[in-house]
Amino acid sequence: MHFEVAGRTVNAATGAVSVDRPEVVDAPLVVLVHGAGMDRSVWSHQTRWLAHHDTRALAVDLPGHGASDGPALSSVTDMAYWLCQVADALGGPIHVVGHSMGAFIGLEASATDPDRIASLALLGVGATMAVHPDLQAAADADDPKAAALMAGWMHGPDQQFGDNPTPGMSMTGTSQATIESCPPGVLGPDLRACAAYDGAVTAASTVSCPTTLILGALDRMTPRKTAQPLVDAMVGATVVELAASGHAPMMEEPDTVRSVLGEHLVRATA
Amino acid sequence: MVEPDNHRFDTRALHAGQRPDPTTGSRAVPIHQTTSYVFDSVDHAAGLFNLEVSGHLYSRISNPTVAVLEERIASLEGGVGAVCTASGQAAFHLAMATILHAGDHVVASRNIYGGSHNILNLTMPRFGITTSFVDPRDPAAFAKAIRPETRLVFAETLGNPGIEVLDIAAVAEVAHEAGLPLAVDSTFATPYLIRPIDHGADIIIHSVTKFLGGHGVAIGGVVVDGGRFDWAASGKFPTLTEPYVGYHGITFAEEFGPAALSMRARAEGLRDFGACMSPANAFYLLQGVETLPVRMARHVDNTHRVVEMLDAHEAVEWIRHPSHPSHPDHELAARLYPKGTGAILSFGVRGGREAGRKFIEAVGLASHLANVGDAKTLVIHPGSTTHQQMSAADLAEAGISEELIRLSVGLEDPDDICEDLARALRASQR
Repeated sequence: MHFEVAGRTVNAATGAVSVDRPEVVDAPLVVLVHGAGMDRSVWSHQTRWLAHHDTRALAVDLPGHGASDGPALSSVTDMAYWLCQVADALGGPIHVVGHSMGAFIGLEASATDPDRIASLALLGVGATMAVHPDLQAAADADDPKAAALMAGWMHGPDQQFGDNPTPGMSMTGTSQATIESCPPGVLGPDLRACAAYDGAVTAASTVSCPTTLILGALDRMTPRKTAQPLVDAMVGATVVELAASGHAPMMEEPDTVRSVLGEHLVRATA
Repeated sequence: MVEPDNHRFDTRALHAGQRPDPTTGSRAVPIHQTTSYVFDSVDHAAGLFNLEVSGHLYSRISNPTVAVLEERIASLEGGVGAVCTASGQAAFHLAMATILHAGDHVVASRNIYGGSHNILNLTMPRFGITTSFVDPRDPAAFAKAIRPETRLVFAETLGNPGIEVLDIAAVAEVAHEAGLPLAVDSTFATPYLIRPIDHGADIIIHSVTKFLGGHGVAIGGVVVDGGRFDWAASGKFPTLTEPYVGYHGITFAEEFGPAALSMRARAEGLRDFGACMSPANAFYLLQGVETLPVRMARHVDNTHRVVEMLDAHEAVEWIRHPSHPSHPDHELAARLYPKGTGAILSFGVRGGREAGRKFIEAVGLASHLANVGDAKTLVIHPGSTTHQQMSAADLAEAGISEELIRLSVGLEDPDDICEDLARALRASQR
């Protein structure tokens, strides 16, 4: 579906179910936010399931990504402000499910505008996100090698061999193609925004909404230990560690992530 | 500069798509000889049928053994996914049926496998889909043949039987400028020799029966989804960009992004047309894929020996293989195919059709049959077999003369192959 934020079109996958249909008018609004260089399709294991399980689910394309109008935003703070505008456009508050940079965006939005964020489920997140200088250089140059580097680092060792939950699909191949399709000039600033954001722990200490952290034990982009300051700062947060996941649990252990999200939303809407 | 942290080609040929079975510890890929799969719950079943969750529900649509082969080939080709089919022809049909409608038009190379020529030239027109055939060596000819209703550009990476070398990047550019995907049949090359997606192709079709399987024991095909073509931006492919009532209004490009083609091909194409690969065949073909790098290197080495021998033989009028300097694509092949251009070649026996017949009758080690890509050396006379449905004019246009012999060089000792061919050539001149 398309909707407008600040005069620009936002694209979102809704599981082919209208979020405006009368029978779900009071259902939780769940907004899934992708990470750097990605798009809505990273949530394909969750969006359609959520949409058919008593929520209004929207996997959005960030500005300048996927099919949303640009320009892309250059800081996590700006992206968080945009997410709050999304909440207003949808008639929020919204339950945010964020991955990597999307987790930072949700965290910052919740800290700065708590009335608009009903809950947080954060995947593949650390207190900081360091970016390898070679990756940054490749991304700045729109070199396809950036996508190959990210696809290789994003997934755990099991996923490197495969046995993808979706029959016949290559997980690393899909991630690489998704990042390669990112418009020119977007991935580099995305990664810089991740590396520059230093407000995660401060934001985490102020978050008051129900929060779940879903962390991959084999995450090489935001190693598990880098999430510990967030865990320590978020008193009362539910922490779920997935033994077989790397940086993208929603793709690597989609069944478990769906189950955790379902339980999270039950808690958040109780 | 750091390098991408992925396993290399030879390792992926052995491992991609499979982890040791968690229940039994089985190292080899198990044959999941089952039609169906027990659901966890009613909700789980509903989710599988509605594409809300991933998994297997019925082996016409997916099967764990077949899925290993699909994921392995997708990995070797650098695609986002793959869908295996009952044969290479079924794969070609599945690719077309997933994106084409009655009234659509295809621009295809004229130098393609006879079966592919048949489906495009004779069968698809009955369903309202027509094809213009063009010279694969002329990217401008592809551009000139594109019409407003064209929806697909198709060619073989290495043509059959003349081994015309497709300039993939040049033809891909023509297709993309017109908002069209380029599909290639890469059966003769395999991903060991070239990965067409790296050069701009969008869809890859293989007869897995041939070099990928490599042993002549099972029929199978595959469609590989490159995942790079922007179906939405093209605006010409409603099966991928508009709601599909068959799954409650799902829009495949919206929900699955780069995997739209492969998801629709499986969810609709295998569900409705049903040309699925059996798990037993997937197992046989996987054994071949595991040794693909080793076999292809040997196929290429043996082919170079055979080309050398034929080139020096007085009973051979001409030889057609890109490794030979006389081949029109010799330089292009050297640029695109640093590991060689495969093990299929053709040549003309001095003495025309009758000499060709005597040659075929005289080979002993080489087998006279309608296949290529076996571990064993194979020969055939295309004019009377694989391409017999084509008219004389079409044969001439495709460069298939009456004396043409097609050879698929096997893995035997190259001295034995050469001696057998030399003996048959002598017999052809008596």
